[in-house]
Amino acid sequence: MDTDYAIIGGGVVGLSVAWGLLKRGLSVTVLDGDDGSFRASRGNFGLVWVQSKGMNQPRYARWSQQSAAIWAGFAEELGDNTGQTVPLEQNGGYDLHFSEETLQATVEKYEILKTQLGGDYPFEVLGHNALRKEEPHIGPKVVGAILHHQDGHANPLKLLKSLAADVRRMGGRVLTGKTVTDVVKPDGFVITCGDGTTLGAGKVILSAGLGAAQLGPKMGFKAPIRPQRGQVLITEKLPKLINRPSLIARQVDEGGIQIGATNEEVGHDDRVTQPGLSGLAAEAIAAYPALARAQLVRSWGALRVLSPDGLPIYQQSAKMPGAYLVTCHSGITLAAAHARLLPDWLEGSEAAPDLEVFSEDRFAVS
Amino acid sequence: MKTASPFLELDDAPRVTVTFDGTPLSLPEGANLAAALLAAGVEVFRHTPVTGAPRAPFCMMGACFDCLVEIDGVVRQACMIEVSDGLKISKPHEAQDDPA
Repeated sequence: MDTDYAIIGGGVVGLSVAWGLLKRGLSVTVLDGDDGSFRASRGNFGLVWVQSKGMNQPRYARWSQQSAAIWAGFAEELGDNTGQTVPLEQNGGYDLHFSEETLQATVEKYEILKTQLGGDYPFEVLGHNALRKEEPHIGPKVVGAILHHQDGHANPLKLLKSLAADVRRMGGRVLTGKTVTDVVKPDGFVITCGDGTTLGAGKVILSAGLGAAQLGPKMGFKAPIRPQRGQVLITEKLPKLINRPSLIARQVDEGGIQIGATNEEVGHDDRVTQPGLSGLAAEAIAAYPALARAQLVRSWGALRVLSPDGLPIYQQSAKMPGAYLVTCHSGITLAAAHARLLPDWLEGSEAAPDLEVFSEDRFAVS
Repeated sequence: MKTASPFLELDDAPRVTVTFDGTPLSLPEGANLAAALLAAGVEVFRHTPVTGAPRAPFCMMGACFDCLVEIDGVVRQACMIEVSDGLKISKPHEAQDDPA
């Protein structure tokens, strides 16, 4: 056996889990893809987000809250260990609304979730004038916002960089340019890559994002994962214009304003489109009219990794015990939970979080 | 100012007058604006909005966005613009009434 754990997929999800396992003294080998892979960790929006998550499954809301609550400590430790800080702001975030009806409907759903969570769901509703005091550049078309105090945002690329550096610092092996083609378990696990590399492992974690859809069934998982495209824009670096992030726009630590995001069911196509980008720009300008004069620097598309209900999947394989599927849409938000809490579940320790509702059993056999 | 510039002016076009931060400059019409400003001795095109560090053209091909200037209230890349008569150029985001 070459390694205690082989982790298939070296994005934020795989590296977060690798980090947590290494901290427990286990040996870890991460098999990462190449620049031709779809890499959500390099294209995402960077929110550390709680509101609107788990409207139909409070456990998911709670899991997101657990991660958000320990994110700052996790980021600080990464920064201390590597000297590469991970910028993070957790001063709350907005759900902006352009109509009273949608605002009211969302508030009603949040009230239900708040009750289910025993009251731990700190949000407030800001009318236009109250919002304008917080965000002087907000536009007249924004009727109000829900300010959720557990929301925030990070620099996701610096998270990825810092995580990768710390995994290596702790002795983790990260092999890049590897496409895993097969996983078998004659005794221990044997993993085969497209370039002929083989690796023996005690346990295997499949955290390959969209790649799990192909590899998962070979390992006994349903892995009903699909891509959903998000196009985003980023402006030139600007003086402070936006204080708190929203799904529409956030001002990153380096000054640029990131504008997001489309939700498109277009298969494995991560290109941008003119109508997609125009729509995003128009919405952002409606929210913050000063953006009409901002210079756009780049646009890009990336593919979300979505399960049928949008929730994470944490599943041990019945066919290959010791193989785990770990996949989610919100790898940034959940990075801290994956690093600090998930290893207890993988190791079956007493402190393991209850992740029963995230098993694949919830998906009907098709 | 002009004698201090390390850049040679190659354009042999008729001169037109533009202003940079209110200072009149005589530049060759149709020249690349970033190149013409450098040749005219402009060393700082802008200051970054986050740290205030000075910036000037770097890539000269539209990729790096370091040569940003403001013209008619719009922030643009100087290396992607030709010199034309009467351009009023300023450092971006440094005017008093700039909403952004």
